[in-house]
Amino acid sequence: MSSNNKDVLLHVEDLFMHFPIYRGVFRQKVGVVHAVDGVSFDIKRGETLGLVGESGCGKTTTGRTILQLYKPTAGHVFFNGTDLTTLKREEMRYMRREMQMIFQDPYASLNPRMTVMDIVGEPLAVHGLASGKEIQEKVEHLLEVVKLNPAFANRYPHEFSGGQRQRIGVARALSLQPSLIVCDEPISALDVSIQAQVVNLLEDLQKEFNLTYLFIAHDLSMVRHISDRVAVMYLGIIVEIADRVDLYSNPLHPYTQALLSAVPIPDPVSDARRQRRVLEGDVPSPANPPSGCRFRTRCWLAEKICEEQRPEFREITRDHFVACHMVKI
Amino acid sequence: MPDLLLDVQGLETQFKTPEGIVHAVNGVSFGLKEGETLGLVGESGCGKTVTMLSVLRLIASPPGKITMGKAFFLGQDLLQMTNEEIRHVRGGRMAMIFQDPMTSLNPVLTIGTQMEEPLMLHLGMTRKQARVRSAELLEKVGIPNAKDRLPDFPHQFSGGMRQRVMIAMALSCDPQILIADEPTTALDVTIQAQIIELVKRLRDELGMAIIWITHDLGVIAGLARRVSVMYGGYLIEEALVEDLYAHPQHPYTIGLLGSLPRLDSKTHQRLFSIEGLPPILYEKPNMCPFAPRCKWALEHCWKENPFLEEIGPGHRAACWVDTQTGRSRS
Repeated sequence: MSSNNKDVLLHVEDLFMHFPIYRGVFRQKVGVVHAVDGVSFDIKRGETLGLVGESGCGKTTTGRTILQLYKPTAGHVFFNGTDLTTLKREEMRYMRREMQMIFQDPYASLNPRMTVMDIVGEPLAVHGLASGKEIQEKVEHLLEVVKLNPAFANRYPHEFSGGQRQRIGVARALSLQPSLIVCDEPISALDVSIQAQVVNLLEDLQKEFNLTYLFIAHDLSMVRHISDRVAVMYLGIIVEIADRVDLYSNPLHPYTQALLSAVPIPDPVSDARRQRRVLEGDVPSPANPPSGCRFRTRCWLAEKICEEQRPEFREITRDHFVACHMVKI
Repeated sequence: MPDLLLDVQGLETQFKTPEGIVHAVNGVSFGLKEGETLGLVGESGCGKTVTMLSVLRLIASPPGKITMGKAFFLGQDLLQMTNEEIRHVRGGRMAMIFQDPMTSLNPVLTIGTQMEEPLMLHLGMTRKQARVRSAELLEKVGIPNAKDRLPDFPHQFSGGMRQRVMIAMALSCDPQILIADEPTTALDVTIQAQIIELVKRLRDELGMAIIWITHDLGVIAGLARRVSVMYGGYLIEEALVEDLYAHPQHPYTIGLLGSLPRLDSKTHQRLFSIEGLPPILYEKPNMCPFAPRCKWALEHCWKENPFLEEIGPGHRAACWVDTQTGRSRS
């Protein structure tokens, strides 16, 4: 994994994001939440990397830390060869044109007092890329791109449905013509029939504008559908990363195996034929993660070494990385 | 039909809103046999929850009103019962668990207090007996050290554990019907799998009937015997689970199944998407409510609302079109 590779748009290296916990009257620091605990991966230009995991595993924090919305505790994020963690505020602001985000909740991520025109046009105005009539023209074009009627530009978010609001969020993200979009659970708040609409739109836009996506989600079937490669996170670390076909047909990490077997398949016949592995217990607290392998407390393969040593992230077959002591090459 | 445990006929529920009267449930009829698991599937706002809340008479009135229909449970019409009578049914012979296990538990009462209450009310137990029974129930739903957890408050339990507590409470009076309203939607997949396995085990042990309300066609595939699909307040298709997934007949069901990416699919196909939005019905439509989003729609679909009719053995659908040929059914 080298940051000089021309094909690589985003290179994340040993990223750590710890949040302090304060307690008591004097707000003493009593511990840290290990939200992201040493994460490394690459995303190639035009590629979609899916990032899956259960709630609290640190997938959203990873996305936000990449965009420098949090200042990382340690590690580097190379975008197009530039280390974002060393940039000054103003330089970073300039870089943000290249990287945008689509949020999970289309009800909370749009300002209810702004019209669609203001919402989608704001990035253009803020970055001084257009003004007045030009903004209006651009916004109308963007709304067409996301298949919304440009005549609705003067309406407010509450006049739209969830799916339409998510389209507004997509139009806003596209307004600066970014190359990377971090999609943070963009469809999980939407109804099934609407999810397909938004996913199809995201796929079309990727082709049209050669976009690179980091697609964060907990829905494994949807991630498999949209991604080229998939990374699986558990308690702040990536446990497995592989090509989507490879990962789903040959999951190596016990957690990936359990996660996949837990996904219900909408077909009673093949669902009944499947072997199910139901994990015991809950995810441990990220404020006090288990020693060694993070997954060992719920793992059915765990041995002594899993308690003592943190497993290395190893390439088992070509481009298939896994962090587990029990996987043999 | 005497073999039906629950027999709902022509149920209609409306809500008064500032914009007008919303027809949330429109002439819904279905039956539930003893020990059977029925899946009630649909997207948000399709009326699936309101249907079951109406059966239990939990609709706030005003603004809601059950305007028509019957719901026979053990030969008695639930909709004609006095408040006192229905209260004995709810939480007793018929219990319900809800989507969000945090908001359906009282945060300022201990788990023990909340569990003992229905036991004392419905079964007339003393507090001591109720406490013993509560611990047994918690054990049954897989909570470790059940006895020691009774004095704990809901916030001391994780999401999955809270849903287990909810299930334990629902089971406390040996219900014949358990109504589960999206009980796993707020949970992670691995926890969802735990809860589904638990419900399956308890169903086999206790032999209760289950109505599982969900938007997730995946969850229901491995759980239900029969599935009913709702759209715009209407029941639009009903069949045995294998039949429905293999041969969906209503265009909406076909679209819903097509819009799901499958974990076991071999190739990358563009998702089938149903364009447009589900309707909010301010008046009863004199056309098929799905017609505006339907690619099979014929002229007749815009003129008359189809009724649910038998199109095969045990398979009912409300559609004018035979989706296999694209031509009108009649």
